[in-house]
Amino acid sequence: MTAVDLQTWEKKAAEIGQGLSRFVAIWGDASGYCPFVHLATRRKGASSAEVINLAAPDRRFPSIGAHQPAAILMERAIFDMHGLIADGLPDTRPWLDHGTWPGSRATKPYKFKPVNGDGIHQIPVGPVHAGTIEPGHFRFSVNGETIVRIEARLGYTHKGTLKLMRRASIDHAAKLTARISGDSTCAYSFAFALAVEQALGVEAPARAQILRGVMAELERLANHLGDFGAICNDAGFPLLNAHGAMLRERMLRLCAACFGHRLMMDLIVPGGVTADLAHGDEAKIDRELTIVSTQFERIVEVYEKTASLQDRTVGTGRLDPAVAELLGCGGYVGRASGQTFDARRDMAYAPYHDLHFGVPCRDIGDADTRVRVRIEEVRQSSAIILALLRELPDGPIQSPRPPSTSPREGNAIVEGFRGDVFSYVRISNGCIEDVFLRDPSWFLWPALETAIEGNIVADFPLCNKSFNASYSGCDL
Amino acid sequence: MRKTLIESVLFGSLTEPPPAITDQEKAELVSALDRAAHRRLGRSLAIREVDAGSCNGCELEIIALNNVFHDLERFGLKIVASPRHADVLMVTGPVTRNMEAALRLTYEAMPAPNYVVAVGNCACTGGVFAESYACRGAVSKVIPVDLRIPGCPPNPISLLKGLISLMD
Repeated sequence: MTAVDLQTWEKKAAEIGQGLSRFVAIWGDASGYCPFVHLATRRKGASSAEVINLAAPDRRFPSIGAHQPAAILMERAIFDMHGLIADGLPDTRPWLDHGTWPGSRATKPYKFKPVNGDGIHQIPVGPVHAGTIEPGHFRFSVNGETIVRIEARLGYTHKGTLKLMRRASIDHAAKLTARISGDSTCAYSFAFALAVEQALGVEAPARAQILRGVMAELERLANHLGDFGAICNDAGFPLLNAHGAMLRERMLRLCAACFGHRLMMDLIVPGGVTADLAHGDEAKIDRELTIVSTQFERIVEVYEKTASLQDRTVGTGRLDPAVAELLGCGGYVGRASGQTFDARRDMAYAPYHDLHFGVPCRDIGDADTRVRVRIEEVRQSSAIILALLRELPDGPIQSPRPPSTSPREGNAIVEGFRGDVFSYVRISNGCIEDVFLRDPSWFLWPALETAIEGNIVADFPLCNKSFNASYSGCDL
Repeated sequence: MRKTLIESVLFGSLTEPPPAITDQEKAELVSALDRAAHRRLGRSLAIREVDAGSCNGCELEIIALNNVFHDLERFGLKIVASPRHADVLMVTGPVTRNMEAALRLTYEAMPAPNYVVAVGNCACTGGVFAESYACRGAVSKVIPVDLRIPGCPPNPISLLKGLISLMD
């Protein structure tokens, strides 16, 4: 990390605004004598993120959100967490702070953005929803059936995870990391492990690197398979949900049989992995992937041939590629709207740096396109797992961790199933001094708000599921 | 699609036999339950789920109860969309302070008699988030809890065992 002065910070902010640098994350650190703000960015084509920090002795810093809307939610969260004020931030309402915890700074009732016009009325939904999903509030402003504006209000699952991680041991922090977003536990643990390893100057053994790739792809497969069915269900076609849920269950059982945990929690740790494949497991994975792939192609065929289903998905919830570009949307949402970024290829971390694979990318941007990108990713992940298993060397699965006395830092970007997860750690004396983990959903929620405009209320669950942004991941 | 449908019928069921529960397990699970309420609720329970700040891991496993392997509804158990229709409230997460009011309102919206089931380590004890400024911790600190199903997350078989014990 580079300490910068005000002038350099503002130059960086302008660069982000002009699109020369991609915004990755911004977070505060007010635990020490002088508060700091950290900014992570990525140049196009660069294979790592650049982190700068700015001292904010008067608790103020020039807003990045004033130049790049993707930073607005994070800067609102910085005020909630640390009381640091972003000068020029266009929206200064609290975000995570609902006025419920000791020392809260949210004193006034929350005000949604005004919507004016003849016949417009509001529908408040959540935080408790009809389905078995995470809590969040959506404020619909509708004219008849048509949505004029939707505003998401999140923060309901804020658990103070980052504060619990600061001053914790590396092992305890790894446990908390694995519980930031349950469906992406491997991706988070992977990103955290790479950042810690960079800080300590160690590498996981070759066998562990390959196993991490296998776990990360199994997680992607399980989520894509389940969500494919769930999206069809929200489009009124439960048959494919039954099949998708069945295929997802088969993947979870495979994970339990090979690695001992259905969601593969706590398996990727700094230094390596904690579970190894036994003799015969590779053949088991190969066999199961063949069965699941065959059955998946059958349900894809049903999707392709059912006009009534595509009538719901085609043209629904279209995310304009220009908006996806502006907000820096990653994952299948970005790749269905013309964005080509895939951290596995572009950040080239192990074990993907040795693999050759294409990144499926389209630019229509509707729910159907997001489904199609995920269909291609299912095929690709199966192929990647088989390719990785062919390269699996013998050897240890954990490297010893050298002690750290002076503060050292590391960061990483890892491709989770819903997009790129960024991690940053600063370690001293074996403890976490500062940490930030950025979920891809920080950019997906504002994108969903724009994609939904002009759709009908009844299509909201379908649009929402086709984005499948995480609540817990960005509430932290 | 016709081929898929026909094969689905001919192939036979993927649904597995119910999990065996030992007497000791059962005794532990039902010890806190009110027998009188049980008689009135009969052999069918409507379940409402509330995520009170979980990481979503528990939800994934609760959703898995509805897949063809576990087929929750054959036990007379059904996940419903409103607390007004529910006999059972399944709660996950370490009850974040931001979800506390919503959890209370959901609980109060349920008709009596009812059961509350704390699902997962966070809901049972607060788990790794117990010490956080932003969490209340165990669900029992906010509303009365009748049954605890620990695990991180509990797998669908543990969930099934717990729920079946509510009816036995």
